[in-house]
Amino acid sequence: MPSYVILEKCDGCKGQDKTACMYICPNDLMVLDKERMKAYNREPELCWECYNCVKICPQQAVDIRSYADFVPLGASVVPLRGSQDIMWTIKFRNGEIKRFKFPIRTTPEGQAKPWPDEWPTTTDDIKSPLLCTEPGSTLAPELPTLKK
Amino acid sequence: MQPFETVVVDTDLLILGGGMSACGAAFEAAYWAKKYGIKVTLVDKAAVDRSGAVAMGLSAINEYIGYGKGQNTCEDYVRYVRQDLMGISREDLVYDIARHVDSSVHLFEKWGLPIWKDEKGEYVHEGRWQIMINGESYKVVVAEAAKNAMATLGDKGEIIERVFIVEPLVNGDTCVGAVGFSVREPKFYVFKAKATIVCMGGAVHVFRPRSVGEGLGRAWYPPWNCGSSAYFTIRAGAEMTCQEVRFIPVRFKDGYGPVGAWFLLFKSRATNAFGGEYMVERAGELPKWAPYGTGKPIPANLRNWLGMEDIMAGKGPIYMRTEEAIANLAAAYKDDPKAFKKKMKELEAEAWEDFLDMTITQSFLWAATNVKPEERPSEIAAAEPYFIGSHSGASGAWVCGPEDLMPEEYKAMWKDLGLYNRMTTIKGMFCAGDAAGASSHKFSSGSHAEGRIAAKGAIAYILDNNKAPEVDMAKVEELKKTILKPLETFEQYSAISSDPEINPNYIMPKMFMFRLQKIMDEYAGGVTAQFTTNKPMLERALELLTFLKEDSEKLAARDLHELMRAWENVHRMWIAESHVRHVLFREESRWPGYYFRADYPDMDEKNWRVFVNSVWNPATGEWTLKKVPVVNLPV
Repeated sequence: MPSYVILEKCDGCKGQDKTACMYICPNDLMVLDKERMKAYNREPELCWECYNCVKICPQQAVDIRSYADFVPLGASVVPLRGSQDIMWTIKFRNGEIKRFKFPIRTTPEGQAKPWPDEWPTTTDDIKSPLLCTEPGSTLAPELPTLKK
Repeated sequence: MQPFETVVVDTDLLILGGGMSACGAAFEAAYWAKKYGIKVTLVDKAAVDRSGAVAMGLSAINEYIGYGKGQNTCEDYVRYVRQDLMGISREDLVYDIARHVDSSVHLFEKWGLPIWKDEKGEYVHEGRWQIMINGESYKVVVAEAAKNAMATLGDKGEIIERVFIVEPLVNGDTCVGAVGFSVREPKFYVFKAKATIVCMGGAVHVFRPRSVGEGLGRAWYPPWNCGSSAYFTIRAGAEMTCQEVRFIPVRFKDGYGPVGAWFLLFKSRATNAFGGEYMVERAGELPKWAPYGTGKPIPANLRNWLGMEDIMAGKGPIYMRTEEAIANLAAAYKDDPKAFKKKMKELEAEAWEDFLDMTITQSFLWAATNVKPEERPSEIAAAEPYFIGSHSGASGAWVCGPEDLMPEEYKAMWKDLGLYNRMTTIKGMFCAGDAAGASSHKFSSGSHAEGRIAAKGAIAYILDNNKAPEVDMAKVEELKKTILKPLETFEQYSAISSDPEINPNYIMPKMFMFRLQKIMDEYAGGVTAQFTTNKPMLERALELLTFLKEDSEKLAARDLHELMRAWENVHRMWIAESHVRHVLFREESRWPGYYFRADYPDMDEKNWRVFVNSVWNPATGEWTLKKVPVVNLPV
């Protein structure tokens, strides 16, 4: 069933115009049942298991039960994504548990500065092959071209 | 049917899509647009933070040249792509991406993407061109920079999410925008633009996938990539290239976990069920595909081919020998138990992260089958065919290259249209990433770089051709009617049947997709046909596709979501037809591990070391196919 919603935990994002999972799903699968105030995956067979709904849910109400047509039951893979790293808890079918933590970014959230100061664009010519921040951002003194 | 409001958006530069190329385009466009007071509008069918092929994340960046550090040159990369694509590539485009890709990668790092470093502070290379990343938030970081760049334009920088683009707007020989609809509210969108950049990705689910139950969605490339780029450019009448060059990835079986780290970083072997190594035992086959088969590295499609021959000979399953690779890597520490344990732990974490960053299902499958990669090998298998011009496929539009690199023979083709980098043969229509053909191996980083290239080209075009787009609103009204028709069809007929999905008056999007997949799988060289086809089969495919095309007018949709599915599948159908026509036209087998023409089992360098280009004429509905010479750069 790919991603599914744990009914007990889902609060429908408290009646906002869309739930977090609806906002993020790249395949437009998550939808809110406004009568029950519960989200659900309307097309589980088109789920990529990208986990974006799982990672974004403020209630940790979305989980994955991996594709039943080739994945045996009993395992789980659960992320806990913070602002700088992500922790994965992996439970094997035989009950064994592994945990891994990996960095996800090195700058504070929202702070990606498009044009770093140290790489000014050296041309104003719209017809030049130089793109913004070049050549500094290439780490070469000039943009390569074919030797004639 | 409920009334649909028509929303008209007037803009200068329209960026269609939200993936890596679109984010590159938005970032670059914002810089130049600000200088010239140009308005930029980006339209994504999903949320830019997590849309496109990198939505889940990635564990490596596959194109990095390192020319500023003296590691490789752009010329090296051109030779590499030439070799991997069996001689068929637009080397000016490949060179152009190579000279800008390092800039994009260095920017990613500044924006916050963690790139693995060695003890000297240098990037850890997976292979010659590939670098390792902690890429769970790769797309989030790249999207953030694009959004922050667009924000500097104030009300001249606009991002519209959850709008699905259906059709191009063309006036004579010029693209003047696009139309689509919101998947969240009854609104029909008309975008009028002076220039449009197509960045809507490649295509999945054109061929029947290996898993057809719940696992239908677990394609290697994401299921939301439905051929919208190719549809858009074909329907505008743009010249297409390499539409026959699909890609078949050999990946960890069923979950489609990546193999690059295993082959390149961990130096793993792949062996058949009897321990034989097809790359060694079948090496005698390679000279048949000379000069590419005898060159290095061996092209991806030929490596596929040798493995497929093992499968056809009944020697499967094929295994990635993870246990052997990890043992080899840890062997250096065997005399120091503490260091050995530490190394094993490190390798284990690296192996799991490789999947967790980009193909979480594969980790799930390992856990669910109690697999530890250090103890047991895992099966690998050839996936179904995909259209992904950014990877090792090459399908897409025929685009203009940069003035300083493009051969004179190609320049002549844009003499009357104007020479603007990445412009198609339709004025004002630009392409990047999977949308631009014959420039393989750009991957995520090169797609971003190419989006930037296209954005600068498009703004140069706008400055030279700064006139309001002329859109025929009567034609738009007609398009609106056609695009919304599936909703009307459902409403009109559904009540007559006991089952809303079974009705003689219409076909639902899912069954329409299954019909397309069955045709392509069985006749155009899909998985069940062992990637093999011939002229009669391709002609039969075209016949069946004709019925499908007629029935596409009877697609029905219950709601906006299904309306998107209906049009996604029409997009798939068009890329399918274009593919079949190209495969039919090219009378040879050049990429045997991607598809095999059983009636032309050999590669024919004399007659077919050329591009196959096609044009669909919007006025007559006719297809024209032709050969275009491959002009090598002097590298």
